[in-house]
Amino acid sequence: MKPVVVLVSVDSNSVLKGAREYKNLLIDLVEEYNLSSVVDVLETGSFGVYLDGVLLEVLPDGIYYLVKSSSDVREIVEEHLLKGRRVFKLEVPPEKVRAGVVEKIEVPQETRVVLRNAGVIDPTNIKEYIARDGYAALAKALTEMKPVDVIEEMKKSGLRGRGGAGFPTGLKWEFTFKVDADQKYVLCNADEGEPGTFKDRLIMEGDPHSVLEGMAIAAYAVGANKGYIYIRGEYYESVRNIRKAIEDAYEYGLLGDNIMGTDFSFHVSVRLGAGAYICGEETALMESIEGKAGRPRLKPPYPPVSGLFGKPTVINNVETFANVAPIILNGADWFRSMGTESSPGTKVFTLVGNVVNRGLVEVPMGTTVRELIYVFGGGVEGGRKLKMVQTGGTAGTFIGTDKLDTPLDYDSFTKYGVSIGSGVILVIDERHCAVDIAKNVLGFFAHESCGKCSPCREGTRVALQTFDRLSKGLAKKEDIEYLWTLADVMQQASLCGLGQSVPVPMKSLLQNFADEMEAHLKKECPTGVCKFVKEKPRRPVLR
Amino acid sequence: MKTSADLDSSLYQRLDDYIESVKEKPGILINVLHKAQEIFGYLPDEVLEYVAEKLDVPVSKVFGVVTFYNFFSRKPKGKYQIKICLGTACYVKGGDKVFERFLEELEVEPEEPTKDGLFSVHPVRCLGACSMAPVVLVGEKDFYGRLTPNDVPSLIKKYREG
Repeated sequence: MKPVVVLVSVDSNSVLKGAREYKNLLIDLVEEYNLSSVVDVLETGSFGVYLDGVLLEVLPDGIYYLVKSSSDVREIVEEHLLKGRRVFKLEVPPEKVRAGVVEKIEVPQETRVVLRNAGVIDPTNIKEYIARDGYAALAKALTEMKPVDVIEEMKKSGLRGRGGAGFPTGLKWEFTFKVDADQKYVLCNADEGEPGTFKDRLIMEGDPHSVLEGMAIAAYAVGANKGYIYIRGEYYESVRNIRKAIEDAYEYGLLGDNIMGTDFSFHVSVRLGAGAYICGEETALMESIEGKAGRPRLKPPYPPVSGLFGKPTVINNVETFANVAPIILNGADWFRSMGTESSPGTKVFTLVGNVVNRGLVEVPMGTTVRELIYVFGGGVEGGRKLKMVQTGGTAGTFIGTDKLDTPLDYDSFTKYGVSIGSGVILVIDERHCAVDIAKNVLGFFAHESCGKCSPCREGTRVALQTFDRLSKGLAKKEDIEYLWTLADVMQQASLCGLGQSVPVPMKSLLQNFADEMEAHLKKECPTGVCKFVKEKPRRPVLR
Repeated sequence: MKTSADLDSSLYQRLDDYIESVKEKPGILINVLHKAQEIFGYLPDEVLEYVAEKLDVPVSKVFGVVTFYNFFSRKPKGKYQIKICLGTACYVKGGDKVFERFLEELEVEPEEPTKDGLFSVHPVRCLGACSMAPVVLVGEKDFYGRLTPNDVPSLIKKYREG
């Protein structure tokens, strides 16, 4: 890696203005002045702005020049590269260039921050990431900001954890910053296992450096020098692209010792998950990185005090880290201009189930369920009637059509009983039975409960068996009342977020589809999915 | 350390090389098990004992970790592992019916290899490809989406004929 990099923006516009010729001239001049060992000249894609000339960027200084002639190029080499003096008359203010960072892709009303590069750049080519302001935020943090400034900016931005719980990211960093320790860690939770969710996979596959840059900025802010990305073992492509990104970042001096010539060092390695949903829980994930079975720890102490290997640890989701660089680069006010007061910014949603267009969409916080399904999702497939939507993920709420106009953010659960979670919008049409869906959801949790605490271990199994009896017409009214009690117990007494959130889908199904539950007591399944039996059922097989 | 005749010693050599390259790192057990399963195809007890000895941890700990995670298997699997997603998003698109059809066509129980050792069928919870629901993953990389039970026979045929 050479300490200085000159990026030449080469796109269909700048080529007409002589970009290739200027690039070759740059290379020749660098040679002529014996700067080849310290200066790299690289060709990149478009900076996203169109000016009357060719844009160059000098890294790590982050200075943009607009050149219109060979003598301009010569002046930059002789003054800036050789003597270290900026050529003010050729400079372009960064705001002017960076205005092009957030592009509106041509999808109706989508706002791409997290997915700014996904599908736009070659994710295995670090140069393409750099050309789109990649690592400029890290450079800014390292050279212009103290760790407290970074934390202050993150707090001001109001960014909340995108893994589902919505804890303010800046606060988390501040807690970790304030603890004195010889070793701190930054972890990226990429153990995406929530049925219906695949946003983190696409971020890692499409823009792996955005995650690394976010992690490096977090490490600088809290005083950590070591980080891990814990990726689901099944995500082969993500693992491949993240590993390549780490390798390239090391080569370019953007990871490793003395990053960009500063005192800051940060090392990252990949750890693989092995198929356990519980490992998405932060303390279980740490146990797993330590090479143990991933069973959650009792909290407190929380990770900022005692996390990985008992050291202060920041742990954030992939999508959270992907938000960091744009915030540092464009400022908290810019970030707050999107989304809602309590939940600024955008959210990546996954549209799945019986919906016409299935896939990812990134929109401002506060977008309603109806807009997501009908504007972006194109409505229910086959012209069928919408019956219910599960929002947030398998641990999220089931809502009926009466709640479609709920704006989704981190407060919509407490305000309206509709959770945003990890951003799943699972559309379920009229052919499906609420009791049958309940069995599927509880079957999942009964299988994935780690077994450490009894409310969750036993609760998920008993709830599954009870819904199973209901689906066979063998349940009594008391069974439904019992499910409510069971949900309360699990919510209050479970050790970790898994057991505590199983009641969310349970209660929302019991409440929003009470009539359908009641009907099953009378051996009636309105959709005809459930087959009623006379004899006592066997225990359901757990898969 | 005894090694059975059907486990090639060159496989142990590959595992050794990997362990040597990472053994200084803390908490590396799970990565070693990933590698071991990649090399041997599954994790027979003698491999667990071998890993325990090499990393100087109790066999009970290795056993505890292997049985905790779904990814690790102590039984041989088919040459082609067919993973069928039964997560909610695939379930509402009929993933369960595709799963049943695979079991019928191959005449096997879940997780057991077929008599010819070619296939094994595994129910899984979310492969992170929900937009293609219902999803089936054969091996490590062959994803098949938007399947119906009727697509199952031709899919099996494709792999049987190699």
